[in-house]
Order: sequence, then structure tokens, then C-alpha cells
Amino acid sequence: MHIMEGFLPSPWWQLWFVFSIPVIMFGMYRLNKLVSERRDLLPLLAVAGAFIFVLSSLKLPSVTGSSSHPTGTGMAAILFGPAVTAVLGVIVLLYQALFLAHGGLTTLGANVASMGIIGPLAAYLIYKAGMKANINFYVVVFLAATFADWITYVVTSTQLALAFPSQTGGFMGSLQAFLAIFATTQVPLAIMEGALTALIFKYIIQVKSDALVELKVISQETVNKLRGITA
Amino acid sequence: MKIGKGEIIFAVIAVFFVASFFYGMAANPGSEFGGADGAAEGVITDVTGGYEPWIGNLGFEPPGGETESLLFALQAAIGAAVLGYFFGYYKGKGRSD
Repeated sequence: MHIMEGFLPSPWWQLWFVFSIPVIMFGMYRLNKLVSERRDLLPLLAVAGAFIFVLSSLKLPSVTGSSSHPTGTGMAAILFGPAVTAVLGVIVLLYQALFLAHGGLTTLGANVASMGIIGPLAAYLIYKAGMKANINFYVVVFLAATFADWITYVVTSTQLALAFPSQTGGFMGSLQAFLAIFATTQVPLAIMEGALTALIFKYIIQVKSDALVELKVISQETVNKLRGITA
Repeated sequence: MKIGKGEIIFAVIAVFFVASFFYGMAANPGSEFGGADGAAEGVITDVTGGYEPWIGNLGFEPPGGETESLLFALQAAIGAAVLGYFFGYYKGKGRSD
């Protein structure tokens, strides 16, 4: 999702800030509430943030012959919702923009929109819908995290296509070209990320399922059922 | 920790992932598996007929690949340390309760 510094011309980079900033503000409000009211959940927040840190630092090779980053945001989105995930995304994206020349400060709004907001929102909605439909918890987590990753790159492609419509094919022409790079490269990476996230959730259920129940991520019955199966 | 169904499914998917990478190496001979964001820059140049970024990099720019991989490794290490610490903490706490 790293749109490089200066690679979004006016008015696009400003527009994406307008989109992202309210969500980040709301996320900070939620985060503050969480920090002051539920101190016992802070370690889980650290785990979710650390997971994004690790995964977004890895550049994985894909079958297409290029490499790309997983995002790691599906887990935070499931645990804390998309707004808090947006704040965690800002931290990681700032680190990479300031120290690694990956992404940029002017493109931060756009990169937060894709990786921190829209991808995690997709994960959150898929998770809620999947749990409601009574699908197996780990399958739902897998799907949610996979799509958080993949949709992030679909959004990046859309952002670039909006800013750079093709002279011949217009927006759709550009979108196809960007999707051909990002969306295809990302498929194996997204699946891998989904699988890893599901595995990590197994360990969270094992060691700290009460936090999941407290966050209303999962019901106590589901925990009991899962423990019965996986124990 | 016991190896359960979850670990096995994960391992199978990981094997498929690695296999797809080797297939990708065979299918794209000579490819250095550069970043997809770099490839996107190429598309931007193609569709616009040459685009100059309106502003250059504002942060610290690693002088080369070595420093860059150091900082990426540092990022992963910080994250992994936090993950390991809290999982260990919870696991140990669960045992002593």
C-alpha cells in the first residue's frame, strides 16, 4: 500500500487526509477510552500493534515475480475495530515513512485510508457477518484477515487510478493496470497472512480468552466450544 | 504446546506458499522480485507519459540496501519481542493462577 512521497498530486493527497483524519481522531478517542477504562486489555493492544509491526516489515515474494508487504491489520480490526486499527496503522506508516523512505508524509492520508481504515473495515464486517452466520471461528478470522490484506491493495490501486487516469483508457484503464500489479501479487500473501492470523488467534484463545469475551469479540460459549476442539 | 489441527493446516498453507514462490521463480526467470510499489511507479510513468513527484522524500533516506534491511529487521524485531513477551506473560500467568 505504500504510495511513495509525492506520488499523489493535488487534490488527491489532501482529499485522502480529509477522509482519514476524522477516523484517526475517532480511533484516538476510542483508544483513550480503552487505555483509561480497561488497562488490563493494554497488553492485547500491544500484541495487535506488534503484529502489524512484524508483518508490515516483511516483504514477501509472490508468484507474480514481485514482492509486497502483508499488512497485519486484520487481527487488530477483529479485536478493537477499524478506528483503533487506523491509529496503529498511522504509527507503522509513520515509522516507515520517516526512517525507511517507504511511503510518505504527504501520502500518509491515502496510505492510512487503505491499510488502516478500509482494509480493516472489510475485515471487521466480514468477521461480524461470519460469526453471525455461525461459521467456524478460525475460518472467519482467516477470511477477515485475508481480505483486510487484499482489499488494502485494491484500495491502493483505486487511489492511484483516480490520481492517474490513463490517457487512453481513463480511470478503468489505469485501474486494470494497477490491479494487475497489486491485486494479483497480493493474493498468495493475503492467504498466508490470513492463515497466520488464524493461528495466532488460536494462541490468544488458549492464553487470554477472557479478554476476547470482554471485548465482545467472541462469546464464552464459542470459547468453550473451541477449547473443547483444540485442547 | 501441542501440535494440533490449526498448526497442521497452517503448515500446509505455508508449504503451498513456498511452492508458489518457487513456481514464481521458475515462471519469471531473471526476476529479482522487486517491490510491487516500484512496478506501480512504472505504470504511473506509462499512463501519464512521465510523472515527476511533486515533492521528494521528507524523512530519513537509508543510504543503501544494507541500512534499509537493518531498519526493516529492527521493525520486525521490536514487534516480535512485544509479541513474545506478552504471549509468554499470559501463558505463565495462566499457569500460576
